[in-house]
Amino acid sequence: MNSLILRAATRVLAPMMLMLSLFLLWRGHNLPGGGFIGGLVATSAIALQGIAFGPEVARRTLVLPPAVLAGVGLVVAVIATLPAGLVELPFFTGLWLKLDLGDGAILPLSTPLLFDIGVFLVVIGGVCAILLALEEDPETDQAGEP
Amino acid sequence: MPGLSGEGHAADEGLEGRFRSGRAVLTVVLAPFVAAGAAPLLVRLLGHRASFVLALVPAASFLWLVARTDEATPGILESTPWVPGLDVALDFSLDGLSLIFSLLISGIGTLIVVYAGGYLKGHPMLGRFFLFLMMFMGAMQGVVLADNVVSLFVFWELTSLASYLLVGFESSKPAARRAALQALLITGTGGLALLAGLLMLANAGGSWRISDLTGAGSWIQDDPLYLPILILVVLGCFTKSAQWPFHSWLPGAMQAPTPVSAYLHSATMVKAGVYLLARLDPALGGSPEWLWILTGIGGLTMLMGVVFALLETDLKLVLAWTTVSALGTLVFLLGPTHEPGAKAAMAFLLVHALYKGALFMAAGNVDHEAGTRDLTKLGGLMRVMPVTFATAALACVSMAGLPLGLGWVAKELIGAAKIALEDEFGITVIAATLTNLMLFCVAAIVAIVPFTGKPTEPAEHAHEAPWSMLAGPVVLSSLGLVFGMAPNLVADSLIAAATTAVMGRKATLDIVLFKAVDWKFLLTLATFAAGAVLFAFWRRSAARWRAALNPTLDRGPDRGYDHAMAGLAALATWQTRIWQPGLLHRYMAASFAVVTLAVAASLARGDVRFNLSFDGGRLIEWAVFAVTAAAGLVAAFATTRLLAVTALGMLGLGVAMIFMLFGAPDLAITQFMVETLVVVILALVLIRLPGFRLSSRSDRPRWLYGSISVGTGAIVTLLLLGVLAEPFDPRLSEWFGATAVPDAFGHNIVNVILVDFRALDTLGEIIVVFAAALSALAAIGIGARARR
Repeated sequence: MNSLILRAATRVLAPMMLMLSLFLLWRGHNLPGGGFIGGLVATSAIALQGIAFGPEVARRTLVLPPAVLAGVGLVVAVIATLPAGLVELPFFTGLWLKLDLGDGAILPLSTPLLFDIGVFLVVIGGVCAILLALEEDPETDQAGEP
Repeated sequence: MPGLSGEGHAADEGLEGRFRSGRAVLTVVLAPFVAAGAAPLLVRLLGHRASFVLALVPAASFLWLVARTDEATPGILESTPWVPGLDVALDFSLDGLSLIFSLLISGIGTLIVVYAGGYLKGHPMLGRFFLFLMMFMGAMQGVVLADNVVSLFVFWELTSLASYLLVGFESSKPAARRAALQALLITGTGGLALLAGLLMLANAGGSWRISDLTGAGSWIQDDPLYLPILILVVLGCFTKSAQWPFHSWLPGAMQAPTPVSAYLHSATMVKAGVYLLARLDPALGGSPEWLWILTGIGGLTMLMGVVFALLETDLKLVLAWTTVSALGTLVFLLGPTHEPGAKAAMAFLLVHALYKGALFMAAGNVDHEAGTRDLTKLGGLMRVMPVTFATAALACVSMAGLPLGLGWVAKELIGAAKIALEDEFGITVIAATLTNLMLFCVAAIVAIVPFTGKPTEPAEHAHEAPWSMLAGPVVLSSLGLVFGMAPNLVADSLIAAATTAVMGRKATLDIVLFKAVDWKFLLTLATFAAGAVLFAFWRRSAARWRAALNPTLDRGPDRGYDHAMAGLAALATWQTRIWQPGLLHRYMAASFAVVTLAVAASLARGDVRFNLSFDGGRLIEWAVFAVTAAAGLVAAFATTRLLAVTALGMLGLGVAMIFMLFGAPDLAITQFMVETLVVVILALVLIRLPGFRLSSRSDRPRWLYGSISVGTGAIVTLLLLGVLAEPFDPRLSEWFGATAVPDAFGHNIVNVILVDFRALDTLGEIIVVFAAALSALAAIGIGARARR
């Protein structure tokens, strides 16, 4: 789509949406948000980019091919379930590591967070895979596509 | 068994005392599977010499089993807890019947593995071949050693699967693929019948243990379900053991490499059906139905197999048909459920495995070295392949039932069994004698035609097979000779022990190699003489017999199989057209209609109260409701796709606002984002669709879809009103509220549930998202290809 307004807006909006998605992912455990919602917000940003600048630009933003990204997310989610097994707790048991940053600030890291990151990546990768495949212009030749 | 059952005896107490907690029999079953897993790697490292390493596995099992022959009566029972929570255990038993089968599987298995190393030397898929072969070996051991109905069935199906893979091993040949599929479908169908029969049997008997079911005598025959059980079990056994009319897959299975034919389709797998009949004989046998079915079908198969053998020109097919005949004989002998029959069956089982294994390997040598198995082209191989000839001749002595071979002993026992049956079944004696006569002739054909006479063209460049391919036939045919001259080596330890297991009471065996010149002896001589005469006729006019009979025989069950498969495909096409028209709106309409009717039916039947209280509602609630409802109406009456999609998005946003109003921010945000993305995706799809307008009224029954929509909406509304009338159960939400922070350190209960309490569900869901994305990609890819 060749719209100057859309392009200009996207240049500002897309990075902000991506940052918002990370913020939602991070705060999800205590406030509305989480991997699923964060993933959808990030996907919207990618979709916006795809519409404004074409799917190639959107693909570059993702770094990895979307289906691969989803696969990585799945692996991350599975990995998050494993540490519990190492300390002889049932799989999926959440483990927490609270890093003391000094000044009373605590950085809580946990396997549920890692799991949520996996969800985040699967949602982005999965939905973007469909979106970007559809955004490829059906009229032009798709020699690069399988 | 000290040293092998290292688990101590404390666990025995709970298992009725007769079970041991050892792992030895389990090891016999599992070791081949382990070897199967290692086979591809071994082949990569050692080439065809991997066969020698792999052969150590069955060889060790064989030696262990030989050392256990004394314990076969009353037998060894082993139980290993597997899923104790569900009361599932790995039960194995080793009694006389299991022992003789297990010895054949491991003993012949050892020779076959060595043989296959020579036969398939240099084959690019050798690793895969050994993987399948060892897997089969383990499965077969499982079948004959299992003492649990379910594990027996699982192993039973595994043998069918392994057979499929091995028959279709040369997967580039269409004939091999067809034969593999046919074998799988026929044995698989029988397997389903067997599953039903075994479940009914276990249910009627109240135990999953085969030893419990068979140890209690023939109680089952008073059960009203006896006949269905019998028929289902027999169907399973008959398909597996290639009885008429299910025999057609066995000759087809000769597409497999010869080691497979020798092992699976002659010595072991096809006898699984015979094994199970013998195993269940104490429970199911002895009734008139059992007698008639087994003697009738077995007798027919026995006669038919050998007649067809006479009409074949392919050496392997000749042997395959005599295998069909031998399986018929075994079933026939198990029919009467008396001791002479069981003894004869067990003796014949051993004899047949020895001579047929040797003959198949000899035939494989001929094929491998001379390049053909066609009897009309072979001749004079004796000089270039003396060892192969000697083994084939020795095996044929046994097959023909000539003195000195073990076949003579079996023939004597079969004679005794026939005489015990004679009163009611005169005709079967005639059938059996005819079979003997023709079998003699086939033995002569196999031993004489390829090896004697003037060397033909294939014989000129043939040479003797390597020793790895001679070891098997030499050992097996020599054993036939040794056991034939000294039958007491196997009489008590194997045959009598197996008979004891089949009959459920102690059996003894007295073998007298030569009794007296009486009428039976003279009949035997006459049979030999008639067989020799038949052979002479065969040499002269076999070609004419084939020309006359083959057109008729082509219309046998094999042709029936083709018709059945074509019919199945037609049926599948027909019902797919009805249920899967490929029109999304038709699927949706059907799904919604069914759900609506089902809910309506249960609402109408149940005593449901509806909560109709109404507090007037807030203004903002009314506003959201009005917008949502309006969007729904616009979507329903839209004339262009774009309008419909936009209206649907509006409707979704309205629903999101309702979530927001009622305090579910997570749900609302998710709904918002999903609706946004759905509109984007649908808009992208719309661009690709040919027409922008919705299709005209005429090809969609709008009134029907309209009433389905209205009906669904009404029913869901009623359902919700009914749900609201029930008191709200707050236990779950209170529990989550109380535990989310202390146990999972999160204040957002929705997220805590998603990533911690019910993380397994979430994992399943993201796998679905992943799979859906891949499927959509594939579908889009197909569309893109189709356009080009």
